[in-house]
Amino acid sequence: MSVTQLAAGQSGKVLAVTGGHGMVSRLAALGIRPGKRIVKVSSAFMRGPVVIQVDRARVAIGFGMASRILVEPD
Amino acid sequence: MRILLMGNPNVGKSVVFSRLTGVHVISSNYPGTTVGYSRGFGKIGDQQVEIIDAPGTYTLEPTCEAERIALKLLETGDVVVNVVDATNLERNLYLTLQLLERNVPVVVALNMWDDTKHRGIHIDLDRLREMLGVPVIPTVALTGEGIRQVVESIPSAASLDVPPRSSDERWVTVGHIVEQAQQVTHRHHTWLERLADASVRPLTGGIIALAVLAGTFVLIRLIGESLIGYVVDPLFDTLWAPVILRIHELMGPGILHDIVVGEIAGGEVDFVESFGLLTSGLYVPFGMVLPYILSFYLVLGLLEDVGYLPRLAVLMDTVMHRLGLHGYAIIPTLLGLGCNVPGILATRILESKRERFVAATLISIAVPCAALQAMVFGLVGERGVEYVAIVYGTLFAVWILLGIVLRRAVRGFTPELLIEIPPYRLPAWSSLVQKLWMRARGFVVEAVPIILGAIVAINLLYAVGVFDAIADVTAPVVTTVLGLPKEAVVALTIGFLRKDVALGMMGPLSLTSGQLVVGSVVLAMSFPCIATFVVLLRELGVRDMLKATALMLAAAIVVGGLLNLVL
Repeated sequence: MSVTQLAAGQSGKVLAVTGGHGMVSRLAALGIRPGKRIVKVSSAFMRGPVVIQVDRARVAIGFGMASRILVEPD
Repeated sequence: MRILLMGNPNVGKSVVFSRLTGVHVISSNYPGTTVGYSRGFGKIGDQQVEIIDAPGTYTLEPTCEAERIALKLLETGDVVVNVVDATNLERNLYLTLQLLERNVPVVVALNMWDDTKHRGIHIDLDRLREMLGVPVIPTVALTGEGIRQVVESIPSAASLDVPPRSSDERWVTVGHIVEQAQQVTHRHHTWLERLADASVRPLTGGIIALAVLAGTFVLIRLIGESLIGYVVDPLFDTLWAPVILRIHELMGPGILHDIVVGEIAGGEVDFVESFGLLTSGLYVPFGMVLPYILSFYLVLGLLEDVGYLPRLAVLMDTVMHRLGLHGYAIIPTLLGLGCNVPGILATRILESKRERFVAATLISIAVPCAALQAMVFGLVGERGVEYVAIVYGTLFAVWILLGIVLRRAVRGFTPELLIEIPPYRLPAWSSLVQKLWMRARGFVVEAVPIILGAIVAINLLYAVGVFDAIADVTAPVVTTVLGLPKEAVVALTIGFLRKDVALGMMGPLSLTSGQLVVGSVVLAMSFPCIATFVVLLRELGVRDMLKATALMLAAAIVVGGLLNLVL
């Protein structure tokens, strides 16, 4: 499932980021890459951005981008 | 020797820079505060060295203008001081490895060291030094801890001859280093963290945002009004007015008198309407505008340093996409409410050319600067709060509508929001006051000379009769479409120099309240002031700047005309 489908407060492990090289490397630079554990903090109404916690940083990600981050929920 | 400060966004590079050089630069708690670079000089032993504060970047593969600037700077540095957020070691070390592969001497400043303790992070410094092969110094830039040791280790920094790695290899290495050098113990969330998360959730976040915005407005108004009512006005009225009257008597009539003290009727000084150098020339900047500059930037500084702004960006993202922007564009827009110039510069944090054009154009058209707003409060506010509300409501509607139009009309794409949200921090008062002082001084140093020059020019041009000529030529548009007396053209023209003086010039025209509203709105929307004009030209290039300007004039006339019909 994707990050957008996680419930707020739910945690999981990133399996893959499906997107172009640019997107994959931008997300990786922010610490979001396969193998990392993340916690979903919140999502917004109307397909707004998703906020996740990775290590000790919180990152806001647009809905489209977030839907291409595949996770395995705990 | 040239020393470069590099690191991820929002790790405190600008604070380290201020510590090293004694040169104060704006630092805030959100990624992307520094979009250009600052240069200063420091001393290492007896040697004078140049120090550069680069914009923050996550990798050496740039994604926006600010990051491109950082990359270009890297090629010019002799030594890099890599400022690292000690509480986010893993992510920060990726850039460190990239820097090491560039074979440039690196010193790592492990900043926010104090935060690691109460966040349950234990870093084995010796192990980290050994694995990276470069000096690693724990620092707390805000208090200055460790800065001396950073300086001392610069001369011995050497480049390492690290072969280039692929990004996967780099992450593996980073993972390896972190595993060996860092231990994290679990601990409970603090109340600041709970509040931080509540402010991005849709429901609680919305309530918090409304409370913050309402509080901001009330606070700015309260502080500004109090400064004017209890400090500035009494000073001008009791101390300065008698001096002016004395000068008035001594000088006698003539053009010089008009330039120096302006028009004085009935033995009373009207600081707003007299338009002399020593009357309006001082009262407009210091009596009307500066109090609001101080209150606006105090409150903005608080929001910046607490770290609230990126959260507002998250909440506003969906709305901003309708304007062809993403949520982070709210930060340049808010900065534009202080002064359009830093606002437009801050659009460098946006990734695409389209977004930068849309954001910069919207700021220059629909976002009034603090100086103009202060005059609106002062002059339009006298006629009633409802008129102030009409001015703001109109500009807000223009911002939305024009954004919707631009989104459809401007080609290109708007990337999705992707930002790091910093933790809430309690602001350090010393840096808050420092920042306020810099911004207020910026206004006094840059704006006041232009205001004084504008007043001299206005008086001279009046005397020569140039304004009558301009007024006659443009009269049809101004009188029929906008419903303003033709003398208002003069004020609108002066708007190119300074908007605050320009609105001040509408004071003596005995306009109706409706006309004053039209005048304020047209002034806000039409031609940008000269400083904004120069920045637009530099940031957008000639073609886009001309487009933006044409749009401005058209929008100003249309909206002004509509308001004239309604009011």
